[in-house]
Amino acid sequence: MTQTFRIENGGFINKDKKLSFKFNGKTYFGYEGDTLASALLANGVHLIGRSFKYHRPRGFFGAGVDEPYAVVQLYRNGETEPNIKATEQELFEGLEAKSVNCWPSVNFDIGAINNFLKIFLPAGFYYKTFMWPKSFWYRIYEPFIRKAAGLGVASTKHDNERYEHKYEYCDLLIAGSGPSGLASAYAAAKNGARVILAEDKPRFGGSLLTSDVNIGNQSGKDWAEGIIAELKTMPNVVVKNRSQIFGYYDHNMLVMSEKVSDHLPSTKKYHPNKRLWYIRAKEVLISSGSIERPIVFGNNDTPGVMLSSAAKEYLKVYGVLVGRKPLVFTNNDSGYETAIEFKKHGVDPVVLDSRKNPESEIIDEAKSLRINIKYSYVVVAAQGYKKVKSADIASISEDKKQLGKIENIQCDCICVSGFWTPTIHLASQSGNKTKYKEEIDAFIPGQSKQNEITLGAANGVFSLDETLKTSFKVGSELSKKITKKNNEVAIPNVVEKKSSQHDKFWCVPLPKGKNYKRFLDFQNDVAVSDIEIALREGYRSIEHVKRYTTLGMATDQGKTSNLNGLQLVSEIENKVVPAVGHTTFRPPYTPVSIGAIVGREVGKHSKPTRKSPMHEWHEKNNAVFVDAGIWLRPRYYKKGNENLFEASKREAKNVRTNVGVCDVTTLGKIDIKGPDAAELLNRVYTNAWLKLPVGKARYGVMLREDGIVMDDGTTTRISENHYHMTTTTAQAANVLSHLEYYLQLVWHELNVNVVSTTEQWAGAAIAGPKSRDLLKKLFPNSDVSNEVLPFMGYMEGDLFGVKARIFRISFSGELAYEVNVESDYGNFMWEKIMEVGEEFNIQPYGTEALSTLRIEMGHVAGSELDGRTIPYDNALEGLVSKKKDFIGKRSLHRSAFIAEDRQRIVGVVPLDKQTSIPEGSHLVKDDKAPLPNPKLGHISASCWSVEYDNPFSLAILKDGKNMIGQKLFAMSPLKNKVIPVEIVSSHYVDPKGERVRS
Amino acid sequence: MLYINCPHCGMRSQNEFSYGGDASVKRPEINKEVSDQEWDNFVYNRKSLRGKHLELWQHISGCRQWIKVERDTGTHEIFRTFKADEEVA
Ligand SMILES: [Zn+2]
Repeated sequence: MTQTFRIENGGFINKDKKLSFKFNGKTYFGYEGDTLASALLANGVHLIGRSFKYHRPRGFFGAGVDEPYAVVQLYRNGETEPNIKATEQELFEGLEAKSVNCWPSVNFDIGAINNFLKIFLPAGFYYKTFMWPKSFWYRIYEPFIRKAAGLGVASTKHDNERYEHKYEYCDLLIAGSGPSGLASAYAAAKNGARVILAEDKPRFGGSLLTSDVNIGNQSGKDWAEGIIAELKTMPNVVVKNRSQIFGYYDHNMLVMSEKVSDHLPSTKKYHPNKRLWYIRAKEVLISSGSIERPIVFGNNDTPGVMLSSAAKEYLKVYGVLVGRKPLVFTNNDSGYETAIEFKKHGVDPVVLDSRKNPESEIIDEAKSLRINIKYSYVVVAAQGYKKVKSADIASISEDKKQLGKIENIQCDCICVSGFWTPTIHLASQSGNKTKYKEEIDAFIPGQSKQNEITLGAANGVFSLDETLKTSFKVGSELSKKITKKNNEVAIPNVVEKKSSQHDKFWCVPLPKGKNYKRFLDFQNDVAVSDIEIALREGYRSIEHVKRYTTLGMATDQGKTSNLNGLQLVSEIENKVVPAVGHTTFRPPYTPVSIGAIVGREVGKHSKPTRKSPMHEWHEKNNAVFVDAGIWLRPRYYKKGNENLFEASKREAKNVRTNVGVCDVTTLGKIDIKGPDAAELLNRVYTNAWLKLPVGKARYGVMLREDGIVMDDGTTTRISENHYHMTTTTAQAANVLSHLEYYLQLVWHELNVNVVSTTEQWAGAAIAGPKSRDLLKKLFPNSDVSNEVLPFMGYMEGDLFGVKARIFRISFSGELAYEVNVESDYGNFMWEKIMEVGEEFNIQPYGTEALSTLRIEMGHVAGSELDGRTIPYDNALEGLVSKKKDFIGKRSLHRSAFIAEDRQRIVGVVPLDKQTSIPEGSHLVKDDKAPLPNPKLGHISASCWSVEYDNPFSLAILKDGKNMIGQKLFAMSPLKNKVIPVEIVSSHYVDPKGERVRS
Repeated sequence: MLYINCPHCGMRSQNEFSYGGDASVKRPEINKEVSDQEWDNFVYNRKSLRGKHLELWQHISGCRQWIKVERDTGTHEIFRTFKADEEVA
């Protein structure tokens, strides 16, 4: 198919490079430098989708970020991406796109029946219709709405694209590379400031690309290209195209999404698809320009009706005629630029100007080109269904209330200009209190909240001369303050033909007897009549009107609709626009891919993975790993076809009968030094610490100030003023912060230093009746007898030339030791233990066996110290000193904590000695009681006791102290289980603790 | 994202810090008898005000120092920052 609407000469595209692409299954051709929109228009394709609610045919309305209609589903490399604006998507070889909102096809759309039923689809339609009965919602209403009214479809597949994040700092961040952006960037760069200049489009220059102006005796475009070329050579400047600054956050932090490979057929290996920049800027210059606003008239959503600036851009940038019989409808000079551009390419436009007798250089030029201009004329309605075929036009009275006789003229497109709306989103996001500027009928930034200044059209200044002068000055002055340099930049002279006056006119009245739909929000199908209904029904706040009618709530966030909506509300309500106020602008300015926000933090990369120095050994020996916080720990070591249950039972049994070794490197370790170290421990732990001798370890429990147990562990006195604290794996970071808090903020008088040494030590727990025999062989030069190294003893030893710390502590309840060596020797230690332990039938054991061992001993861990229990609940009240004060002690007096029937840890055994009790099960008195069945407690941890060969659980049970021997039921609605159980002591194995001392 | 001036390290982004609550709360002295009301005020009762607030942050991914930050809870404006042992005038 030929590109019949492409002009022979003109456009900034590369006509030497032809690209083929598919739209709705049909193959077309375009050129390198096209957008999908310009390429479709070059092929005469104007029908691109269906509207959201009424399924009316939709064409192109804009040429960029403001486009409300042309949203497509994109396909690339077997992947799909929804809600892509055809006006922003650059063409690449093999691009495939499809319409959305049409079913079964864009040309025959079942939903279009809504258009004929539109009387039933007024404002608030969704709220009113799909309310009742509730049971219909999921089955009938929602699927219907989704199918008939959805936008694109998200891919259900894994996104293989790569996204990156980048952090950057600069003196000046400049958003937009139009005249104000270029001038301010240039002036600041010349003063040596670190400048980032961001442009969302592929080409720099903004309005200079399409406006008919001269700067310093060159065309605006040539001037822009010269400035960009020079900026690119400067080391203190970063210029980025395809980069949208979409959010302005606190403390001058802005976020920019850079499209790195969206315009390419595929992403190169290791290249990101998008890069998200977090930029902290000293100063922000917002040069985001303005968006042309439509004039509202009948059937103004018909394909072929578009913004006059878009028609001009398609012609100037892409060399594409959006029509051969254009009608330009304007209330200001901008429409003339478009008309003249058509005329230059041999196409005769008709201009309707709502003004009576405007004067300017550009109008004179249009007249001299013999362009047909009708003053005080308006478009009453577009005619045509899938494409504009003609327009009903009429003269209009000076007060804009009366229409003259309606005439029909042939045309194939209607280019509308209702003047310009400053793009104030970023300023508003920063907290700027915007203000209404009467002479342009729009809001502009007011008082800055952060370090932001808005320039040029975004600030409501539409004279190029004034824009350049201010922008050079602002760029120069801001940078001077930062760099203390003052390199003058000459301000070029400017030739601009159009004036920036406009007619305060935005909506064409309905002719008598006609009820054309006049749309305000093109993406959400919100018409003038919908706003009228909302107001009639009592909605007053613009925020409520917005939500009730969905005005401005589509993916374009009302970029073309907001102001006309406000004008309408103010007119009906007889208020001035600033009194109505606009809705709040929130980031993102344009939709941002979720992938870009997530970045590389996907799956396993969402957090760092910590591995012990013995990790490789575990891997080689068939360890099955489990996440413990961000650590990976062996859960069990698989032998043959064993499952988790069988393996952990074997490993635990071997600890009870022979000896096992467990990697305990992950335990938190904190080195504590200083003359007041004992005093600190005495205040932090609930038990007494002042008299712990050198070479001894002690178990301790620490509380939060509210009396809840925070953590437990052992601390060892290495030397006079030196202690080694261990914490649980999960609480390591919190405990360190906790100690630092008290040392730095509360008890300055304590002379103590704390530092984390978790990574510095590798740890191995050696547990079981044969552990001492093994230790003797590991440390032949040390006396590790019960007399010299008793329970809770500590000594240093020589492990085949490696310095080791030996702690006689036990979590498993067996005779046990923990050996620590410097991390680099961890693997050496582990291999030596395995090698020497062979004769004692040593086996490594994982966290599952470790749990089994501690549960049947009644030792508490994270599942009991769950942030809701006090020492008594864990049978740890013996460790709570009555004599001294400590963190959280005062809270233990709370009445709930000393209640007679306070919850307490107990053991639980199923009556059948067979059925394992699911963790989290509730303990109840009567399994048949009506719901809600009073809960007496919950199962905190379950195991298969290797000592007794039956299931055993721990539970936190109300009045646990008096419940031993009681028969209850463990109920798990999740697992659909009701298990009769008996309550026993939590110390199921070796209640007197003889083994650890043996 | 806030930009916090750590008195030890300089300007750093919020993601290097963790929040630590109201800095004006004073822990009762250790070993001193306190009434239930005093203790409750220390452990639980907070004003949660809108406006200027003195609060604790820890520069957890930096120097690990606890610092005091004077911040407006409504606007996020940060006025001053102090070292842990610096008196706030
Ligand atoms: Zn710091």
